[in-house]
Amino acid sequence: MIRKFTMTGLALVFSATSSFAATNISWWHGMAGRNGEVINEIATKFNASQTACALTPVSKGTYEEALASGIAAFRSGEQPNILQVFDAGAATIINAKGAVIPAEDLINNAGYTFDREAFIDGVRYFYADSDGKFVGMPFNSSAPIMYINDEALKKAGVEAPKTWEEFEAAAPKLKAAGFIPLVQSQLTWQFTENFFSRNNIQFATNNNGYDSVTDTQLKVTDPNLIMMFDKLKAWADEGYFAFYGAGWNDNQKMFEENKAALWIGSSGSFGGLQKTAQMPFSATFLPYWGSIKGAGTSSFIGGAALFAMAGKPEAENKCVADFFQFLTSPEIQVFYHKATGYVAITKAAYELAKKEGYYNEKPVAEVGIQQLMLPAGEWSKGYRLGFYPQIREIMEREYGRIFAGEVSVKDAFDTIEKEGNELLARFAKTAG
Amino acid sequence: MTNTPSSSAMSATLAAPAAGGPWGLFGRRKSASKPPEETDAKRVQFNSRLLPYLFLAPQMAIIFVFFYWPSVQAIHSSFYLEDPFGFGSTFVGLANYTDVLKSGEYLGIARFTAVFTALVTFFSLAIGLLLAVKADGVIRGNATYKTLLIWVYAIAPPVAGLMGMMMFDQHIGPLVKFAAFFGWDLKVGLNYNDTAFAMIVVSVWKQIPYNFIFFLSGLQGIPVSVREAALMDCRSGFRRFWTVILPLLAPTAFFLLIINTTYALFDTFGVIDVMVKDKAANNPITLVYKVYMDGFRGNDLGGSSAQSVILMIIVFVLTIFQFRFIERRVHYN
Repeated sequence: MIRKFTMTGLALVFSATSSFAATNISWWHGMAGRNGEVINEIATKFNASQTACALTPVSKGTYEEALASGIAAFRSGEQPNILQVFDAGAATIINAKGAVIPAEDLINNAGYTFDREAFIDGVRYFYADSDGKFVGMPFNSSAPIMYINDEALKKAGVEAPKTWEEFEAAAPKLKAAGFIPLVQSQLTWQFTENFFSRNNIQFATNNNGYDSVTDTQLKVTDPNLIMMFDKLKAWADEGYFAFYGAGWNDNQKMFEENKAALWIGSSGSFGGLQKTAQMPFSATFLPYWGSIKGAGTSSFIGGAALFAMAGKPEAENKCVADFFQFLTSPEIQVFYHKATGYVAITKAAYELAKKEGYYNEKPVAEVGIQQLMLPAGEWSKGYRLGFYPQIREIMEREYGRIFAGEVSVKDAFDTIEKEGNELLARFAKTAG
Repeated sequence: MTNTPSSSAMSATLAAPAAGGPWGLFGRRKSASKPPEETDAKRVQFNSRLLPYLFLAPQMAIIFVFFYWPSVQAIHSSFYLEDPFGFGSTFVGLANYTDVLKSGEYLGIARFTAVFTALVTFFSLAIGLLLAVKADGVIRGNATYKTLLIWVYAIAPPVAGLMGMMMFDQHIGPLVKFAAFFGWDLKVGLNYNDTAFAMIVVSVWKQIPYNFIFFLSGLQGIPVSVREAALMDCRSGFRRFWTVILPLLAPTAFFLLIINTTYALFDTFGVIDVMVKDKAANNPITLVYKVYMDGFRGNDLGGSSAQSVILMIIVFVLTIFQFRFIERRVHYN
């Protein structure tokens, strides 16, 4: 009898600790360091806000590793409920019809109403299908922006350039003042993908790849893009631009150490840069070419999105929908925005941060979101290209060769276009 | 994909007998030449016919799970172009192979891998041997030298890569500053040849202690009587080394040649991964790194499977070549 009571007592204790048999859902992501901690904080907040669902985030290493683990898990039927997929991997998961439940359907099925208009313009298309339906739920969004070494510009007596023409005029003065005028951190994202969106130029056929995977071809031999890289190479030779390889930090370091005047970084770099920069800095939009007609449009979202994996029970899907709703609430968006430097993705969150006076205090934090909210152009929405991580690798290789003086800009882009198109043709076959 | 398991399975099978001394390697021990009555007396009889298979089973299970099974899967998927999530797949015959072999980039990587493997194997063997010969003279009674030379081996490849990366760092690397002293503008990560140089240095540095241990134990296994006899016959230390010591070391050297080739082909992955910092760009990489990039980063399962099969064939041919043509010149006992 006593034993029976003990057992009942134990059972009660157990059920109490497992929060009354909440539905467990898992979230695999590719964030480490502070950004990984913030994810845990968000999960804790979500779990505390309700009792029906218990969310467990799991770090799977880098973005690429998270995607690879997610794919391997899906193939063996062990997929998580939520998988974070980065921008370059978007085509891989979105084209795999049946791997994910589109975020919009998931949320509508759970009894909420999904409002596309609630999201800021720059984030609305990249993770959506060609009809504009959200497949992924934008999560950590960033934009390439230009960080400014205030002291360097003051010393050289120049204003922050809005266009590359203005930069060209200011560069000799910055150099004379003892600074490297310009450094950047990712030529693929900042000077290729976002070059097309910021200057409103077509990147690939089939509507930048959004409409179909069949016969999609890159258009990277565009004369404007070649001009951009011819200029970069000429600037590098003149000492107006310095290139330290494909690694992000090797380039950022020169800015942090007060050796460079301007640095093209990510709006998400802001949090870290506040701690590492040795001088006061500000930021402005990624420059465009004044000479290109229609340029100056918004850039598209970088970073990553969350995908609800298919093949899960209805109750768990409901929990994922609940979590997505929670995540897009203005309070959580503002919390995430402040904690990481990634931009707020909804208009309401942006208004809230503004109302709280956050941008008066930290004007740099507003630059990324403002750039994403600039008027959109026909080609400012980004791209949907298969095997894109490998295409980026080809670009990185050829860009390295340009600056090592091993290949001309024209030849480099011919190679990128040829090898890139071969990969796109292969990708079209995998989908067949 | 299958390569890491295959290489580890291979080094496991190679290393196991080697631990007992380099002579018994690959079952060529000439024990049959011993008088028959002696061997009979020591022969172990299995009473059950199943027992030997039972003893073999754990090893076979490991090889099956980590080598044969993935290999068969790789061969299968190398004939398909597959959606990573496993929804659609198209049979493409040999197209994955022809795509890879036609690609100028792949051939360039293959060329680099050949040069890299040759240089890493040569220098790590040569320096390991030199250090062992020199240490052999002073080693008796002094374990400090031995420990100092060996302890690098305890460093994991990624850590070695990390240390190498810091030594060669563009902004703070001491070796970069040292090179600048001689007017060499060393640009690791930017210049193809400079990065290749740094990778080779770190890979060789990492492997020297391993070779050192084997060469040293090989040297200490050479009977004193043989050395003394040689000393009486020949005054030149250099000639004594070439004509007496080195031939006696040949079994060790042959074993190390195979291990080092495998090391340079596969185990340098960690060093390369850390040194290119996740972005290969225009830096040199080896074939196994390319398999990883296409398979795990690019999610091109068909293409990367075809590459692993090609690598398997290369290793297979290389090993057969080494056994047929080089081992002939090696005399055990």
